[in-house]
Amino acid sequence: MSHLVLGPVLFNWPPEKWRDFYFRIADEADLDTVCVGEVVCSKRLPFFADYIPEVIERLQSANKKIIMPTLALIMNKREMESVRSITALDEPDILVEANDISATSLLKGRPHTVGPFVNVYNEGTLDYLARNGAQSICLPIELGLSSISALAPNSPTELEVFAFGRMPLAISARCYHARAHGLHKDSCQFVCDKDPDGMNVDTLEHQPFLAVNGVQTMSHGFVDLTSSLDDLQEIGVQRFRLSPHDNVDMVQVAATYRAVSEGLMDPIEAHSLIKMSMPDITFCSGYMGDGIACH
Amino acid sequence: MKAAVDSGADAVYLGFRDATNARNFPGLNFSRAELEHAIDYAHDRNCKIFLAINTFPEAGNAAPWHSAVDDGAAFGVDAIILADVGLLAYTASKHPDLRRHLSVQASASNPEAIRFYQEEFDVKRVVLPRVLTLPEISALNREIQVESEVFVFGGLCVMAEGRCALSSYVTGQSPNTNGVCSPACAVRYEDEGDRLVSRLADFTINTFAPGEAAGYPTLCKGRFIANGKTSYLFEDPVSLNAATMLQDLAAAGVSGLKIEGRQRGKAYVAKVVTSFRRSIDSTHDSNVEVDDLISVTEGQRRTAGAYDKTWR
Repeated sequence: MSHLVLGPVLFNWPPEKWRDFYFRIADEADLDTVCVGEVVCSKRLPFFADYIPEVIERLQSANKKIIMPTLALIMNKREMESVRSITALDEPDILVEANDISATSLLKGRPHTVGPFVNVYNEGTLDYLARNGAQSICLPIELGLSSISALAPNSPTELEVFAFGRMPLAISARCYHARAHGLHKDSCQFVCDKDPDGMNVDTLEHQPFLAVNGVQTMSHGFVDLTSSLDDLQEIGVQRFRLSPHDNVDMVQVAATYRAVSEGLMDPIEAHSLIKMSMPDITFCSGYMGDGIACH
Repeated sequence: MKAAVDSGADAVYLGFRDATNARNFPGLNFSRAELEHAIDYAHDRNCKIFLAINTFPEAGNAAPWHSAVDDGAAFGVDAIILADVGLLAYTASKHPDLRRHLSVQASASNPEAIRFYQEEFDVKRVVLPRVLTLPEISALNREIQVESEVFVFGGLCVMAEGRCALSSYVTGQSPNTNGVCSPACAVRYEDEGDRLVSRLADFTINTFAPGEAAGYPTLCKGRFIANGKTSYLFEDPVSLNAATMLQDLAAAGVSGLKIEGRQRGKAYVAKVVTSFRRSIDSTHDSNVEVDDLISVTEGQRRTAGAYDKTWR
């Protein structure tokens, strides 16, 4: 039985839109676990923080498990405090997801999850984090099928694979959204809110290349692993992460993944369905294909 | 290595000639026999050798990384520099007396992460990611119990090190897994008559007018179009130079200053190491050395990177 996880919203959405998105997910989406919190930029969290309790309550009422992720890059006291307060959470029904090694340290000995921003490339690290208390680990985006095949059969924790959405490729101290608008990070005017799915980055020859989401750089194309689900499930991966987007019907994406993972829909048909319903988006198989990643 | 030792470096980082280190480029690095000779050469001159094993072992294939650690320990390197949690655990258990440093590739940017590596694996020194400002480095050093080291001269990663998959996204090879970024095998320069185009795999990274110096297409230093404008979106083609900040870095509690040398020629290494040595040994007038260094920066502009808060 597959386990579908909705990753955290990676973009800067207006707080009410953010809340309403999760309300709809709670009411309509066939998902097992939902991640609620900020991973990319500490400056965004205060805008929607007040809505977190009611979002969690609504999701829990709809029998969704809750994961609260920590920030991926921690550089100052304020960000460190945010990680300390989330990892100090003592709620039996909520697991905290570590996205930096500092959070795995603070969660030592307690059940938690590990997100895709912690470098887990091999058995040695996997074993260590499992002994530390990790119950499931979402593998870094860079791992291909051969690495996952080496890890999954004997994995001491459940493994999760980033299956849908723009791939998070890099994180920086510098805000490229601010830089593109002639601003600095400290006085950014939160211009990342202009691009609810990220700002497209093209080459000088107008070839689609990357996307910028504040301090985060992502793939231009969306990964869609519907056609790899069979292979991944066969080697023992049961958890699949779907990353929220604004211009995508995430309820439909979740339903499609559920149908494929349960053998109720042909993977090729599923991929076509996803492509047809999102004609403006380029899809790829990310790091699951042979050779070069996503173009 | 000899140029660095002879010019007054206190320690030199080396790597084996394979994917176990993050400078896995053709023509660089050391065989086992060469490493043994290098250790003798450096130790005879009161200089230390640190062995970089700072990529992430491949799933199902840890043997090359374990053997690099074992051989480094057997040859008597003064420290090894690691990034992977599993490999740190292996080293701490198999070679408890071998001094361990934490690579910048581990992206330990805060006191809690550094405390973790110290408590779990007895790491003695941490190389700080190039994401922190000078005041943040100072604040961090007041909270940690291990030595810190920072980059002062050479390339400038604009993304948090060890957390960047841009190179593998474009070329299939990355710093974390292959020890390379924007590798030369994926580079092409195409002369289109009125312009020269630099490409990395299938993507144009920059174009140059006739006579304009064409830089290497490191993908985060290219020109791209975003928000309707063409710009060096991530970073200009600059290199890092913190030569004017040495006293500030010392005041911030930094123990080690790191100069990028492994992809550079002998003359470059000698010049840069000599300048920094002189600067550190004299307690004043370090700006003279900055002028000395301009000749080796290949016409590139220089930046203090994230050490200067406005960089962000």
